Amino acid sequence: MTWTSDQPIVSIKGVHKSFGNLEVLKGISIDVMKGEVICIIGPSGSGKSTLIRCINGLNDIQSGSITVQGQEVHDPKLEMLELRKKVGMVFQQYNLFPHKTALQNVMMAPVLVLKKNKQDIEVQARNLLAKVRLQGKEDSFPGELSGGQQQRVAIARSLAMNPDVMLFDEVTAALDPETVKEVLVTIRELAEEGMTCILVTHEMGFAREVADHIYFTDRGLIVEHGPPSTFFSDAKDPRTKEFLSQIL
Amino acid sequence: MRSIPGITKPHQANLAVLKPNNAAQHIPDGYTFTRWVASMPWWTPLMILAVMALWPALAHAQSRYSTIQAFDALWRWMPFLLKSGFFFNVLISVLAMAIGTFAGVTLGLAQISLYRPIRAIAWFITQLFRNSPWLVLLFIVLLAFPFEVNIFGKIVRIPDWMKGVIGLSFPVMANISEVVRGAVQSVPTAQWEAAESLAFSRRQILWQIILPQCYKRMLPPWMNWYAILTMATPLCSLLGIEELITLSRQAMESEDNHPELLVPFFGFALLLFFAYCYPIARLTIWLERKFAVKL
Repeated sequence: MTWTSDQPIVSIKGVHKSFGNLEVLKGISIDVMKGEVICIIGPSGSGKSTLIRCINGLNDIQSGSITVQGQEVHDPKLEMLELRKKVGMVFQQYNLFPHKTALQNVMMAPVLVLKKNKQDIEVQARNLLAKVRLQGKEDSFPGELSGGQQQRVAIARSLAMNPDVMLFDEVTAALDPETVKEVLVTIRELAEEGMTCILVTHEMGFAREVADHIYFTDRGLIVEHGPPSTFFSDAKDPRTKEFLSQIL
Repeated sequence: MRSIPGITKPHQANLAVLKPNNAAQHIPDGYTFTRWVASMPWWTPLMILAVMALWPALAHAQSRYSTIQAFDALWRWMPFLLKSGFFFNVLISVLAMAIGTFAGVTLGLAQISLYRPIRAIAWFITQLFRNSPWLVLLFIVLLAFPFEVNIFGKIVRIPDWMKGVIGLSFPVMANISEVVRGAVQSVPTAQWEAAESLAFSRRQILWQIILPQCYKRMLPPWMNWYAILTMATPLCSLLGIEELITLSRQAMESEDNHPELLVPFFGFALLLFFAYCYPIARLTIWLERKFAVKL
């Protein structure tokens, strides 16, 4: 089966996932087209982060299927490293490598994993850091940067791999309110450039602004979904209404 | 909560005053020896010297050998004891540490192998040598190892001191193995996940991302084990290896075994070990505190 760009770039079908006896995902299905921006929202513990971590194989699944560009993620025969070159991920806690400078953090994976020429990568990495507005911070270590700056380095680090899909796992949840904006601006620019983005977020205003489609999850199920124009104003399910009334 | 006399531990009882929890202070962290050495006051060597000087006077009752004579004898033997004796202890400790570190890092990485049998074997070897008495290991090596080996038709003699080095490197290996395993496992798993999501292979993650973060954490315990090893080198004297303690005894014998010599000579050995290990211990504790804050 070959993937063509008119098919979903990420296709999640009937995914079940349990940690021991605790069933976290109870049959989730989402299709994401190339260039789409998807926001997954919902109360804590509803399985949002687990779902997003399943997409690049950090978590395994019990049943169902997840495909990225037509390739089954949880196929034991799949070369996991090849999949992960296509899927970038940004974490809530940034997870920069503390012993490397910002520039080295961005350059490491392309140089060591993609075996690209170091000089070319350095030019690209400096451009990426400039793009996330971190000129002059190339030689700073993560410990010397603020949370928002670290998170933007983490975004640049993922982008350096030239991924086809970006996963954002509550990337602003650990930030100060005033630094949230600088990270969101970066993500919005990415979305506008046509990057396929899957975001787990609590920033409703941001979701309304950038998302093409919003999914609301609760207790391992997708309760409701729709484009932001209708999702926020005409929510039908009582659980969605309750959640939105608390948040908005 | 009802307290049962003799059964309920004091801290479980309902106290009117909530006392600070000092539990952490009682957990042994492997630095016991180094902390003890580092906590000695600066005048410790002076005290050792004083005892060395007083001893012949105290033992004077039996014979006519004075402090001056004892120190005179020590003075004559000092260059020999330093060059042929203590230097050898240092050499043994350095070589045993080098071998033990190399083997220990390998064993420590085997303890976190992806393959369960390798993990199990590495764990067993680590525990076996970590918990065996050092002297037993020394004797096993001394008796079990051949005194010469045939390498491509050439007979190479293995000197006894080399066996001492090998014997001491076993417990060092096992303890360094635990240091490596502990340091690797102390790096948050989020670092592994971040690296995995960037398509790094397991080998790359370990060598490029996890281990470089461990060097700092491993340095203080590594130095701690070096100090312990150095203090253990006199064990080799029981195998007849000519290190400081063996030579001190021989020197005293050639000085007619006056009992007055006992404390000056062994006190001198103590001073040498103190002078060597004290700076290491102080530096270790300083580094340990420095790195602990930054984690």
